[in-house]
Amino acid sequence: MDKFTKIRAVAAPLPITNVDTDMIISQNHLRTIERTGLGKHAFSNIRYHDDGSERDDFVLNKPAYRNAEILISGENFGCGSSREHAPWALTDFGLRCIIAPSFADIFYGNCFKNGLLPIKLPQDIIDDLMEDAEQGANAIFTVDLENLEITRPDGEVVSFEIDGFRQHCLINGLDDIGLTMERSEKISAFEEKQKIQQPWLYK
Amino acid sequence: MSEPRTLYDKIWDAHVVEEQQSGNSLLYIDRHIIHEVTSPQAFEGLRVAGRDLRRVETILAVPDHNVPTTADRETRVDSLESKTQLDALERNCKEFDVDYIPMMDARQGIVHIVGPEQGFTLPGTTIVCGDSHTSTHGAFGALAFGIGTSEVEHVMATQTLILKRSKNLRIDVSGELGIGVTAKDVALAVIGKIGTAGGTGSVIEFTGSAIKGLSMEGRMTLCNMAIEGGARAGLVEPDDKTYDYIKGKPKAPKAAEFEMAVNYWNSLKSDEGAKYDNEVLIDAAAIVPQVTWGTSPEDVLPITGVVPNPADAHDADSKASTQRSLDYMGLVPGTKLTDVKIDKVFIGSCTNGRIEDMRAVAEVVKGRHIAESVEGLIVPGSGLVKLQAEQEGLDEIFKAAGFDWREPGCSMCLAMNADKVLPNERCASTSNRNFEGRQGPKSRTHLVSPAMAAAAAITGHLTDIREL
Repeated sequence: MDKFTKIRAVAAPLPITNVDTDMIISQNHLRTIERTGLGKHAFSNIRYHDDGSERDDFVLNKPAYRNAEILISGENFGCGSSREHAPWALTDFGLRCIIAPSFADIFYGNCFKNGLLPIKLPQDIIDDLMEDAEQGANAIFTVDLENLEITRPDGEVVSFEIDGFRQHCLINGLDDIGLTMERSEKISAFEEKQKIQQPWLYK
Repeated sequence: MSEPRTLYDKIWDAHVVEEQQSGNSLLYIDRHIIHEVTSPQAFEGLRVAGRDLRRVETILAVPDHNVPTTADRETRVDSLESKTQLDALERNCKEFDVDYIPMMDARQGIVHIVGPEQGFTLPGTTIVCGDSHTSTHGAFGALAFGIGTSEVEHVMATQTLILKRSKNLRIDVSGELGIGVTAKDVALAVIGKIGTAGGTGSVIEFTGSAIKGLSMEGRMTLCNMAIEGGARAGLVEPDDKTYDYIKGKPKAPKAAEFEMAVNYWNSLKSDEGAKYDNEVLIDAAAIVPQVTWGTSPEDVLPITGVVPNPADAHDADSKASTQRSLDYMGLVPGTKLTDVKIDKVFIGSCTNGRIEDMRAVAEVVKGRHIAESVEGLIVPGSGLVKLQAEQEGLDEIFKAAGFDWREPGCSMCLAMNADKVLPNERCASTSNRNFEGRQGPKSRTHLVSPAMAAAAAITGHLTDIREL
């Protein structure tokens, strides 16, 4: 997994609430057996016209935001499906950080498995950051995961919170399967106990 | 005496392998269902890392999202990509020796319908699947939730997940449901009340006499849509209805072991005085048949209502989002919902593709014919539902009414196969999501119960089932 320590990048405003997983990656593009190559399909329903040409009104198509790595959006970002294709599409597209007032649970967890940092902040701070992001190419933010700080274009610093374990894994690009496999003995002990209590689960 | 605990707390506590320093828990997973869309990258991850499945017998695999629903399905997978995913599932299951129900098997169907039918879904278990509607299985008093593909791989390799305990949200629906009001209407009314983020961070326990009164099918419909209310899982405490449903199912415990299991399952209820972080009370008698008008399941109203006006929204955000929804849906504020004409009707999905749903539709359409302007599709949730419906002669009723009766699969719920709502077409659908483009590019979805969908098919417009 890609490490995430600190990025300095343009932030794009997407002031929509309930950005759902179908909007992030539509079902037409889930039929892959790879994790890569989905960036071209990110936000396809609002990013392209029917003929495949780009829509000028979609923020990430605008020249100032083409290299944006941060997205600022509305409440309940990532609601809907469990598809990990959503963070795969966003990271392949070049995004590294999503800032919103709230995220849907499954999407939020999926982000951390893919080097994508979701940051929750109160609505009034989001409103300020959204205003910053409207400045186009000048909307350059720094997101520092080690110090849990966002530096706004004017230099003001905003703090955020993240679960310590997730922060640790993301900073170090750790594979949590490997970490859990080290707990194998504990898992076996659990199974031995459960097998006696609920033998029907062990047929 | 220990603290009174909720049903969720009990299932959680019974599955904690260890509490970790980070404040997370390593939670044991009993059951894992997989389908073709979210599993290939997990198998690939195992292969790359040289890892094996920890307990292959805990996995059940069924293809559902991509499968064609036409009679010639075996030779008719509509795209190379679909075929690639379906083939990958079969190949992976063979390589890792996973219990796999192929597309042409009579037991095949939507994962969330097949699990319960096979007795794979049991009370008190933890159940996961790379699919958000895994919440369905909570109807059995199982802690069941959707996970991403990385977590699918984590469960495959370790039989556990690293999780933080959720909050307890109790939604109590007491009293009698009115005539024509179903589990689907309860689910939509709940989402209308709490919003699509209302359950975020929580597991919902549904309680109350109206919930107890629901059949297992109805409870599955309700828990299925817990995720649309933002909750990763929904729960109903198991009771005799649950045990009657499970008894005799192929993978259910048998004989003395079944009695032993029931004994344990009877302990799976919230203790008197257990604390919930939040509680919502809903009067069952006040629920009217529901229909969505917008592009989020929370955009829902009683069928007696009118299309909302963005000008009435309480803040700028909700005004903008209402306007966006109406533009997408092609609706004019103030229009009576019962005046909204429809082009298609889809009956099926993991929300409403069970035998009880088929019966409800048959009851409405028997001796009637669908409107000329409407195309109607009925897709049973599994091969066993199809068989049962045909044994009861329901298929003849559907066909005589002008419906297309199909083979089982996810079908038009999410249009990952040939079944799609065309651009700007309007569909009354028994599925679970009305997101932009969900049923096909520019498709317009109105979520309703099976009986309401059937009524709309007959009249050609959204219809109050109580008036038909």
